Amino acid sequence: MKTKLIAALIATLAFPLVAQDAQKQIERYRELLADGNPAELLEMRGEDLWKQKRGPKNASMEACDLGLGVGKVAGVNAVLPRYFADVDRVMDLESRIVHCEITLQGFTMAELAKRPHSLNQSERQTDHEALTAYVVGQSRGAKVNLPQSHPKERESYLRGEKMFFFKGGPYDFACATCHGVDGQRIRLQDLPNFQKADNAQRAFTTWPAYRVSQGAMRTMQWRLLDCFRQQRLPELEFLSPASIDLITYMGVKGKDGIMDAPAIKR
Amino acid sequence: MKINFFPHAAVAFVLVTGGCATMQPGPTAAETSREVESLARKFPPGAKAPTDAEIVALLKASFKDSPSAKLDRLDQTPLQMACTEASRSGKPLEEKVRDSLQAAALAAVKYPADGKYLGDWKKGEAIAQNGRGLQFSDAPGAVAGGNCYACHQIDKKEIAHGNIGPSLTGYGKLRGQTEPIVKYTWARIWNSHSFNACANMPRFGDAGILTEAQIKDVMALLLDPESPVNQ
Repeated sequence: MKTKLIAALIATLAFPLVAQDAQKQIERYRELLADGNPAELLEMRGEDLWKQKRGPKNASMEACDLGLGVGKVAGVNAVLPRYFADVDRVMDLESRIVHCEITLQGFTMAELAKRPHSLNQSERQTDHEALTAYVVGQSRGAKVNLPQSHPKERESYLRGEKMFFFKGGPYDFACATCHGVDGQRIRLQDLPNFQKADNAQRAFTTWPAYRVSQGAMRTMQWRLLDCFRQQRLPELEFLSPASIDLITYMGVKGKDGIMDAPAIKR
Repeated sequence: MKINFFPHAAVAFVLVTGGCATMQPGPTAAETSREVESLARKFPPGAKAPTDAEIVALLKASFKDSPSAKLDRLDQTPLQMACTEASRSGKPLEEKVRDSLQAAALAAVKYPADGKYLGDWKKGEAIAQNGRGLQFSDAPGAVAGGNCYACHQIDKKEIAHGNIGPSLTGYGKLRGQTEPIVKYTWARIWNSHSFNACANMPRFGDAGILTEAQIKDVMALLLDPESPVNQ
C-alpha cells in the first residue's frame, strides 16, 4: 500500500498542472488513500487495551459507560458529547474514556493528560490514541444524533456556537473565518463550512483520522488543538471545557451524518 | 424551588393568541406555535444563553499560557468584539461604527520613514510561502512569514494557493506604481481593517507579524515589474 501512496503523491506533485487538474489529481490521491487505512492497526491495539486489565485497580475498560449503557461501545461516538449524570456535566468521547481510566482502573488525570497525543511518525502512538481509535471505529455506520434535551447539553451547544464565532489573537481569526463560508480553501485544502449540513456531517463523521502527512492517527481533541495553533491562539488544554463545547457544536451541526471514522486524510 | 418557566408560558401563549385569532389579524396559531417550538428547541427548560463575559472566562480557563502565545490573546479588541458579533448575527456593522474603526486603523498605519516602499521580490516570495510564526509551537520571537499563499493566488506558477482572499496575480501590472497605489497597498498590508473593518486578512504591520523590511519585500513581490507576479 505504501508504494501506491508514494506513487500517488509523486503523480500529484510532479507534473506542472493548472489548478483544476491539480484538484483532479488530489481527488485521485484521496481515492487511493481510501484503499487501506493504517488506523485499523491502531484500532486493533486499542481493542486489546480496552479488554486488558490495567492500572492500579487491575481492571479492564469493559465496565465503562460511554453514554449508551455499561459495556456498550457500538455507536457511542454518534451520540457524544452528551450529559452524564454521574459527573453532572457534558463530556466528549475522549473525556469519558479518560474518566473511565481514572474511575475503573485507578489512573490519575495528571498521568493521562501528560501527553495524550504522539509527537510524530517516529514515535509510537499513545494508548489514548489507540483506545480512541478502537471506540470510534465501533461507531462506523451509526447516524449522528447528539442528545440536546438536557439543559447542559443545550448550553454546551450554545457556548460552542459563540466560541465558533469568537475572533481573537494577533491574526483576528475565528473558527468561522475559515469554516463559515462555502468553497473556501487554505492552499489546496478544502475547508468545511459548518453552516451547511452536508459539510458539517462530512467533517464530524471523518474525525478522528489517520493523517498520511504525519504518519499518525489524530483524535478530535488533537484536531481542535491544531486548528487553534494555526489560528494563533494559545495552546488548547486537553479535554478543556471549550474543546467539549466546540465538539458539541460540530456534532449537532453534523446531525444525521453517518460515522465513518477513523478516516484517512492527506 | 426552581421555576420551570418555559413550557407553561408556551402553552399560555398559544392559547391566548389562538383565542384572539378570530378577532384581529396577527400571527396564526400555527405560526405562533412553530415559533414557540423553535424557541423551545433552542432553549429547553433551564438552559441559559451564555454571556460574552462567560465565554471569555471559559476560553481563558481552557487555554494554556506559553512564552510564544499568552492568554492575553483572548482579550478582544473593540474591533474583534464588534466583528465577532457581526459575523455571529449575520448583521453587518452599523455604518458609523464601521467608519470609525476603519478611520482609526488607517490613522495608525506607519509608512516607511525612508520613503522606500519596495524591497526585494525574491525575499518577498519566500515570505509569502512561509506559514510559520506566532504559533504556540514556534520559538518566541522567531521570524514569521506572511503565509500569503494560504489565501491568495500570487505567482501563477505556484498552484498550491488558497482562495479566501482575491487573486493577486498581475497586481502591479494591472494597477501600476503610482504613489496612491503604492501607499494604498502598504496600508492594506499594514492593517487591512483600514479599508474593511471586518476583513479576514491579518494586520501584518499593526500586529507586528512582519517587520517593515519584510513588508517592503512583499510589496516588491506585488509591484516590482521584474516580479513573476507581473510577468
